[in-house]
Formats: sequence, structure tokens, C-alpha cells
Amino acid sequence: MSDDVLIKVENLKKYFPVRRFIFSKDYVKAVDGVTFEIKKGETFGVVGESGSGKTTLGRVILRLIEPTDGHVYFEGEDIFKLKGKKLLEFRRKAQMVFQDPFSSLDPRMTIFQIIMEGPITHGMKIDDPEEFVVSLLRKVGLERVHLHRYPHEFSGGQKQRIAIARALSLNPEFIVLDEPTSALDVSVQAQILEMLRDFQREFKFTYMFISHDLSVVKYMSDRIAVVYLGQIVEITSSDELFERPLHPYTRILLSALPIPDPEITRKKKIKEEIVGEPPSPINPPLGCRFHTRCPYAMPKCRYKEPHMVEYEPKHYVACWLYEKD
Amino acid sequence: MSEEVDKILEVKNLDVRFYTYAGVVKAISNVSFYVKRGEVFCLVGETGCGKTVASRAMTRLISAPGKIEKGEVIYYRDGEKINLLELPEEELNKIRGFEIAYIFQDPSASLDPLYTTGYQVVESIVAHNDMSMKEAWKKAIDMLRLVLIPDPEARVKNYPHEMSGGMKQRIVISIALSNNPKVIIADEPTTNVDVTIQAQLLDLLRKLREKYGTTVILITHNMGVVAEMADRVAVMYAGKIIEVASVFEIFKNPAHPYTKGLLKAVPNPLIKIEKLVHIPGTVPNLVFPPPGCRFHTRCPYAKDICKAKEPPKVEINKEHYVYCWLYAEKEKKKEIVVKEAKS
Repeated sequence: MSDDVLIKVENLKKYFPVRRFIFSKDYVKAVDGVTFEIKKGETFGVVGESGSGKTTLGRVILRLIEPTDGHVYFEGEDIFKLKGKKLLEFRRKAQMVFQDPFSSLDPRMTIFQIIMEGPITHGMKIDDPEEFVVSLLRKVGLERVHLHRYPHEFSGGQKQRIAIARALSLNPEFIVLDEPTSALDVSVQAQILEMLRDFQREFKFTYMFISHDLSVVKYMSDRIAVVYLGQIVEITSSDELFERPLHPYTRILLSALPIPDPEITRKKKIKEEIVGEPPSPINPPLGCRFHTRCPYAMPKCRYKEPHMVEYEPKHYVACWLYEKD
Repeated sequence: MSEEVDKILEVKNLDVRFYTYAGVVKAISNVSFYVKRGEVFCLVGETGCGKTVASRAMTRLISAPGKIEKGEVIYYRDGEKINLLELPEEELNKIRGFEIAYIFQDPSASLDPLYTTGYQVVESIVAHNDMSMKEAWKKAIDMLRLVLIPDPEARVKNYPHEMSGGMKQRIVISIALSNNPKVIIADEPTTNVDVTIQAQLLDLLRKLREKYGTTVILITHNMGVVAEMADRVAVMYAGKIIEVASVFEIFKNPAHPYTKGLLKAVPNPLIKIEKLVHIPGTVPNLVFPPPGCRFHTRCPYAKDICKAKEPPKVEINKEHYVYCWLYAEKEKKKEIVVKEAKS
């Protein structure tokens, strides 16, 4: 059972200090006590609104930033304790594709240099670098003529494909995709998503797919975690999440989602009432973080934090509605 | 044909160009459509298709290097016909913001950071009404209450930076509504906000429209928003309108290959999709737009005529128009229907 787990995250926390007044120090609790597992070969979706900490979560898992507390085990090893060669090996195996293709590619490097930077750093033995890069470019639908061009000569969709080729160059096992299509038009988005799915089939990649767009996450993921203010409120398979959402926040997200079919949207009469805006992640609300906007909030929710429980098989939720004290 | 369509705005052969160093960008060419009184009319398309330019040109909100080359924008006011493109600036100023109001995409760019939000609402009220400042402030507070801002008495004293994105967009909506306009042109009003806030804002727009009977022109790239809000939809591609129909027709019975492609590229979370289909190729450069149909470079059905001649406007059925050679001949049309039925 535990063999097919690639990544295990335990009680992960990341606080960013902010100084409000001279003496007081507050923290943005971007990720606050998150526990989950990612299985080998699956796509694990993370969905949440802006400021929910989903990007920070992706970065901490790759150790691009150091955590405040908690552990992340990659193939059984604690990545925050890795050093030297082992750390380098982890860096090769775990890659990231960033949200904004306009700022994730160095404008002063050619595509050839951008893609070769990783393999050179990791000392990979490549006989013919040019052929190697061309073969990668072909995989993402670009050609040899693009080899010595600069990033500004490409459209947003092409840049994102270059970023994907760069991630592929190191032969990784795990890729964090942080909103890879949110800067792109829908027709281009479809192309990138299909490409990512094809690569997963071909190379058996494990993905962590981060997005604010629930329809895209649903399309890409096997399992989905819903995050709210730095905490996971619900984890289950993507079909189950849409058919039987448990957490009030998930239900609200689903009912707020515009469905591209007028026949369905006009029939949908009962809408979950959505009130208020997400509170600040600096000093977030006590108890359940969602109680300020929750239509079912009970007195207990205001002071006691709910725990993650397995309410139905493989369907985890953190809400007092589903937990007995 | 005896039924008279109750139009409130009509755009005829509108042409806008931008004179840049890279060349003349033909942002929109020969765009024609009309908007019915009281409806929600959606202009939908991808980045750079000209939907924002079209909406701004309607009240001449195009500044250099842009220029409205030709066309007419007819505003029907109580039986009166006014061409907004020929109206003197002072006259237009009376209509703009009063009878035709705008909501822009980025609320932090449309609010002045140096003035309180309340003052900015007051400003738009006083500009068009004979009202004392005191009365206007009172009305401003009412407007903020109308757009569901909690504690409006205190919020009018806030500056834009003290508010969240959703709140700021509510302020912008209240400014647009403050003079009870006949038409609201909303340009991607919910693009920068989260889905829960988007649902709140769309809900608000819907309720206000029902209450005041305002006509709404909604510009968006999000097909989900279109499905939820629109009565009629115009799809734009590379500076041209390519299809106009009711929202049900567009989603159920799209005619233009681009509209079909667009709908297949959008993931619908309620349906099991095996594969998303993307549209191959890229959007053409509008300095040198392709001759003939502008979509022919990416169209799977492109024929020789598409490359040579601009497609005519074809009526599929009542109020469903498409600009495509596939439908230009009746015989051809039947052929396609048969083919699609087979596949």
C-alpha cells in the first residue's frame, strides 16, 4: 500500500513574517498544517482562491522555500534533510512549471541555453546537445528553427511549451504545475492540457496540478484537495468531489462555478448563498477558518478547529458537520 | 418580417485602426451588430479579437494612436436616432456616463487612488445631475448599499487601496449605476476576481438589471459566464464578428467552425470529457490580416474561396447569423448537416 506513495506531506507549515508596527511581528500563515499523500503516477489537483496558499504549498514541497515546520517525504526520504548529491538528485527528479511564462524564462538566454541549463548543472552526459534540445522541442510542438531564438519572439502558449520542455529535459518523476494555463486563452489552454496528459501517459509522470479554475482541475486530476486560507478542507477523487461535495466551502465553490452550458445554468435554481470575502491570512479566524462565511456555522466552529476525518471511504473532510467530538 | 426589433443600440460597419510604429493595426473591421432594449448582449472572443475596442468605440473612447475610420453607432432614444460617432463632444459627454455607462476590467485602474471612493461616486452623480453635494453624498451612500457593500456610511470614507478587489469592483458598478443608465457596457467585469466573488458580482448585475430594466453589453472571454448571463451572443475573431445568435443557439447549434472549436476547448466539469480539442495555429497578426475569411488559416474546412473572398452574412435561422462560406449555399449546407450527422 505504502509502496505507491511518492510524496507524503505531514503537518506542513509555512509562515511569512510581516512587520505591522515596530515591535509587533505578525505572520501570514500561507500554509498552516497540511497533511496529504500523492501517489505514483496520479495527478493530484490543488484548488483554491487567490491567497489560499496553493502556490506556496507547491514551492515548499519542492523545497524552493524552506518550511516553518513539518515534513515532506519524497520516496521515503525527508527532503528538508537532504544534502549534497542527494539533494541534487531530488532537484532533478522534481520539476516545476510556473504560472507566468513571461517571467519564468530568462529574456537574455536563447531557447537552447534555457533548456540546456538544467542538464549542464546536473552533469548529464549528452552527446549532441543540439539534437537533444531539438528532440525536446519537437515533443512540445516546436521546431529546429526556434533553437536560437529568444523568449520574446514567442507567444504565451509557445513560451509555456518551452517551460514544459525545460522541465522534461531532466527526465523528472514529479512535476508541480502551478497554474500552467491561467495566462492563456482557452483554445491554447486546451492544447497545453492535452500535451501534459500525453506526457503523463508516455513517461508515467506524477503531477501536482495547482489552479484556481475548478473546471480545469477537474479535467486534469485524479484526486483533488480544496484549500482555504492555508488549510486543506476536503480531499477526494475528482468525480466524488463533484457528485458529493461535503464541505460547505466546496459546495459554494461548485455552485459559483460558471458552467459552459446555458441549459444547465438556467435550470440551477437553488444556489448556495455566498457571503463575504476571504479573510486576511494574517491572523486568520480562530476555530474553523471558514466559519465567517459558512451558512452552517455552529458556536463550536468559532473556537475549535475541526480535524480531517475520513467521512466516507477515501473522502476526507475537515468540518464539524461531519465530525463527532 | 413584420416584427419590429426593439433596438437600443446599433453598430454599423465600424472600423477602428491603430497607427503604431509596427504598422497599421486593423483592430476591428466592418463590425455590425445591434443590441435589443433590456437584454444582456455578450461579446465573446479571445485576447486581441477586438471586443474591448468595439465596446469602447461605441462612445468614441478610443484615443491616439487609435482612430475610428468609419461606421455608425446609432443610439435609439425615445424614438430619436442619434449617431454617437457624429455627435459633438459636449453632447456625447451628456450621454456617456449618464445614459451609457461603463464598467471596466481592472477596478484598481478605474478608481483614482487620491480620492475617497465615496467622492468618486459623488463626482459622477454631480456631473450629470443638478444636485447639492450633501444630497449627492446621501445618494452615494444609497448606491453603495444597493451594490451590497457592508457598512456604506463608513466605507464612503475609504480610499481604493483600503478595499479588496471585489469591493472596488462593486464601487465601480455603483458609479456606473449612479445615474440609472439605459445601457451598461461591462468589459470583463469579473476577470480579476475569485469565483465566489465573481458569482456575487454576476448575481448583483442580474438583479439590478431585473430591477431597472437596464440593457447590458457584457464583454468576456469566459464561456461559462456567457452561458450564465447572456440572452444573445456575438462571437468575435481577429477583429470581425463571425457569428451572432441566442445563447441557446450558440451552445447547442454553433455554426461557425471557430465557435465550434472554442466550445470544444472549454472543459465542462459536469460532463465526462475524453479529450479537449484545441484550435491549431495562432491568431493572425492584425497588421496584415489574412485575405478572405480571417479564420481560414486555422479552419479545418477551409476551401479556395475562403482564402480569396470575405464570407457573406448568412442567416441560419431567425436571429442566428454566421459569416462563413460553408453556409453560403443551401446545397452545401445540407451536405454538411448530413456529414455531421454521420460523424
